[in-house]
Amino acid sequence: MKFAVIVFPGSNCDRDMYYAAKEVLGEEADLVWYESAGNLGNYDGILLPGGFSYGDYLRSGAVAATSEIMQQIKEHASKGKPVLGVCNGFQVLTEAGLLPGALMRNEKLSFMCHFEDLIVTNNETMFTSLFQTGETIKLPIAHGEGNYFCDETTLKDLQANNQIVFTYENNPNGSVADIAGIVNKKGNVLGMMPHPERAVEMLLGSDDGLKLFQSLVQNWRESYVVNA
Amino acid sequence: MLLTHEISPEKIEKDKIYQDMGLSDQEYDMVKTILKRRPNFTETGIFSVMWSEHCSYKTSKPLLKKFPSKAPHVLQGPGEGAGIIDIGDNQAVVFKVESHNHPSAVEPYQGAATGVGGIIRDVFSMGARPIALMNSLRFGNLTTERVKYLFSEVVNGIAGYGNCVGVPTVGGEVQFDDSYEDNPLVNAMCVGLINHDDIQKGIATGVGNTVLYAGAPTGRDGIHGATFASDDLAEDSDKDRPAVQVGDPFMEKLLIEACLEVIHSDALVGMQDMGAAGLTSSASEMASKAGTGMEMDLDRVPQRELNMNAYELMLSESQERMLLVVKKGREQEIIDIFEKYGLQAVAVGEIIEEQVFRIKQHGEVQADIPVDALAEEAPVYHLPSQEPSYYKVFQEMDNMIPAVTDHVDMLKKLLKQPTIASKEWVYDQYDSMVQTNTVVTPGSDAAVVRVKGTDKALAITTDCNSRYIYLDPETGGKIAVAEAARNLVCSGARPLGLTDGLNFGNPTNREVFWQMEKSVEGMSEAASTLQTPVISGNVSLYNQSQGKAIFPTPVVGMVGLHESVEHITPSYFQEAGDLIYVIGETKCEFGGSELQNVLNGKYEGKAPEINLSVEAKRQQELLETIQQGIIQSAHDIAEGGLAVALAESVFHDKGLGVSVELEGDFTTELFSETQSRFVVSVKPEHQAQFENKVNDASQIGVVTADGTFSVKAQKEDGIQEDVETLSQLWKGAIPCLLKSKA
Repeated sequence: MKFAVIVFPGSNCDRDMYYAAKEVLGEEADLVWYESAGNLGNYDGILLPGGFSYGDYLRSGAVAATSEIMQQIKEHASKGKPVLGVCNGFQVLTEAGLLPGALMRNEKLSFMCHFEDLIVTNNETMFTSLFQTGETIKLPIAHGEGNYFCDETTLKDLQANNQIVFTYENNPNGSVADIAGIVNKKGNVLGMMPHPERAVEMLLGSDDGLKLFQSLVQNWRESYVVNA
Repeated sequence: MLLTHEISPEKIEKDKIYQDMGLSDQEYDMVKTILKRRPNFTETGIFSVMWSEHCSYKTSKPLLKKFPSKAPHVLQGPGEGAGIIDIGDNQAVVFKVESHNHPSAVEPYQGAATGVGGIIRDVFSMGARPIALMNSLRFGNLTTERVKYLFSEVVNGIAGYGNCVGVPTVGGEVQFDDSYEDNPLVNAMCVGLINHDDIQKGIATGVGNTVLYAGAPTGRDGIHGATFASDDLAEDSDKDRPAVQVGDPFMEKLLIEACLEVIHSDALVGMQDMGAAGLTSSASEMASKAGTGMEMDLDRVPQRELNMNAYELMLSESQERMLLVVKKGREQEIIDIFEKYGLQAVAVGEIIEEQVFRIKQHGEVQADIPVDALAEEAPVYHLPSQEPSYYKVFQEMDNMIPAVTDHVDMLKKLLKQPTIASKEWVYDQYDSMVQTNTVVTPGSDAAVVRVKGTDKALAITTDCNSRYIYLDPETGGKIAVAEAARNLVCSGARPLGLTDGLNFGNPTNREVFWQMEKSVEGMSEAASTLQTPVISGNVSLYNQSQGKAIFPTPVVGMVGLHESVEHITPSYFQEAGDLIYVIGETKCEFGGSELQNVLNGKYEGKAPEINLSVEAKRQQELLETIQQGIIQSAHDIAEGGLAVALAESVFHDKGLGVSVELEGDFTTELFSETQSRFVVSVKPEHQAQFENKVNDASQIGVVTADGTFSVKAQKEDGIQEDVETLSQLWKGAIPCLLKSKA
């Protein structure tokens, strides 16, 4: 499987995402500078990394969401191919309208960085099929604006369509319904605040994030075999 | 201050305007002798910043020479942006500490943020990728609203900048004492990783080569920052707020990536960041080191404000700017790299043979100064020192024999002291994990980051117990170095070298200068014995307010190497049944201790003794046993003594407890701050192997699974308390102090 890790000015988890995909997972991956993406069509999966794209100026993710490369990412998503946005990547996805809702400042207003326990609430996605539903996993969070918000109608929609993929066991930031990660209706675009790419080696305290990438690769292989 | 170049050289001399800029009468006369004429306004400003303590180290230089700075593995000692130490496999570690005390006292958020930005630039200007940030902070006790504000905003500023640039803040230390009430200390340290072939120097060689200015445009912020940092803080220091710079971490992030791309181009000759004294110091230092001169046209310098004059442009400390020297004719290659990141890079001058620093604006020469006069020929002062009267009194005092009847209560009080209490409130605000290398996150003796692609890891710590240094600067200086090394050894690393952040009061006060002299002597001796050369550093003087100096605070930032990640050792207990040992005997030493602070509200008497050869031997033995794989956990015994060290070893959410029995005087055994001691835990099957190897170790108990902190005494009531109760007090203390109304 071939991943594109999109690098915006100010992305800072790009190399971590690349390392997880390439060195730990052993798949193909490229760091793709936002301006030099000739054709994203060669990639099977798109990874939007964390960081502070455009310094979080205006609103986190807002400037990156208007960049030209987003058009290609939208096309990629519309074909049902996987897009994963982590942290700032999640913020970009909501700003770009690929996912509903918005990410506000944490309830306590300060940045926070530590491991959190998450509950896998939906394992019927291409990102989570190797998890058990209800399983508790440990992933780091590192954000100042991870407080997920959406209106009641949207929340009901998310629940009805089983779009909520991860919730926090002890909600750290005030997110609606303890939401830590959601997918779009089709299930091929995942946005999440916690960092799976930071939890792929036990040396760093957890490898629970690995299964997310492995699910993605496994599902891609299966669909590839079917389509081939 | 007047900001005009209309003021004539005659008027500058007659009205002694140079004094406002920080030059003494004698220094002004030296300037006249060097130039063989009166300096104009811009030149006077240039001399005053370059000869400020912050840039010239004019009063500390004679002391800094005492530091041992050479060793076979030192690739770059003091004098460049940062020092460099070889770690094998063609890799090296680059590090330095820097202070931003004065700016943080008047504008804590930006002061702290730009301190972080500046030290990161020092590291990547050497060609290294910044891989970790540390800090060392000092504040008054968290009792007034002002101190709480300073504390919160400094932490916020460090977080705001560090998190955005994507360099993990992996640890640090925070201490609280009244002497820092008006003058907090904010020292930031950056560690970088580099391949030997990529090492850059800030050097301007090659006559005819082009000087490139890259990064943020120049504004009027931070003008005369270096001079401001070289004077006492006054009650009206708020008026100096314009001397504090404003940071843009987004710009810095782009600059890091662009510069690390630029170093791979052979069109690059040299690179230096524009830190203190901005364009002036970077340009003149680069030329001075190369034995060349430099001519610059200020009309070409990117500017973000209108009508800036030469004085303002040369002295501005606007952030996120770099100066590069590039081979003539190949400028565009470098400019293209900066443009990719949306950054400006502009040719502003060239290297000339004549060793002068010549500045032009609007077609006129605004400054024409011999290069070496600014960097090399700055005055050096050998200031007089005098032993303070308090020192003699303290030395003659009898050992404090504290009267503690309720030991549980005392332990609880100590755990709630902000200096001892958990700093989770602080470090939770820092992204400590970005770059996915952080093996040991903040809250341990040392932070540990692995080196990707190898089996190695680096341990990093900052340390300085300024109370001991106040009581006895020579002994305290030794302890500061020894304790930093102890922290690294506990984590399983071999100490490689250190960077010093010397924070003192006004050096023209003889007693302050004596503190500097003695602590440098102590640190030097310890650095020699423990084989940790001093490879870089920073001096911050005039840390005093209303005539009262801070405690002498020479912060030690130290880096160590794990040859294998297998050696990384936690600072907390691992498993019930493990045997608990104390390495080192305990004496009745309470001078400068946290217990003395709690009981008497002041520090007096003798500092704890330290024998450096004993220290070295114990560190070596512990390190060897760690490398043999027979140590489960290791933690050094510091503030609050054994009781606090034991408690900290069991606060790691595992339901563990301790069952310990102590011989000897209970209060001394629990709370004394005798040096060169460790708490370690060992699996029962390794008991004999451990005891054979470490002579000074005695077993005091075992790790239990019952969540109880149980310490029995010989004669009196012991301590029996739930670990959870103690842990809550320790964790809750700082948030609680911040919430309570003064």
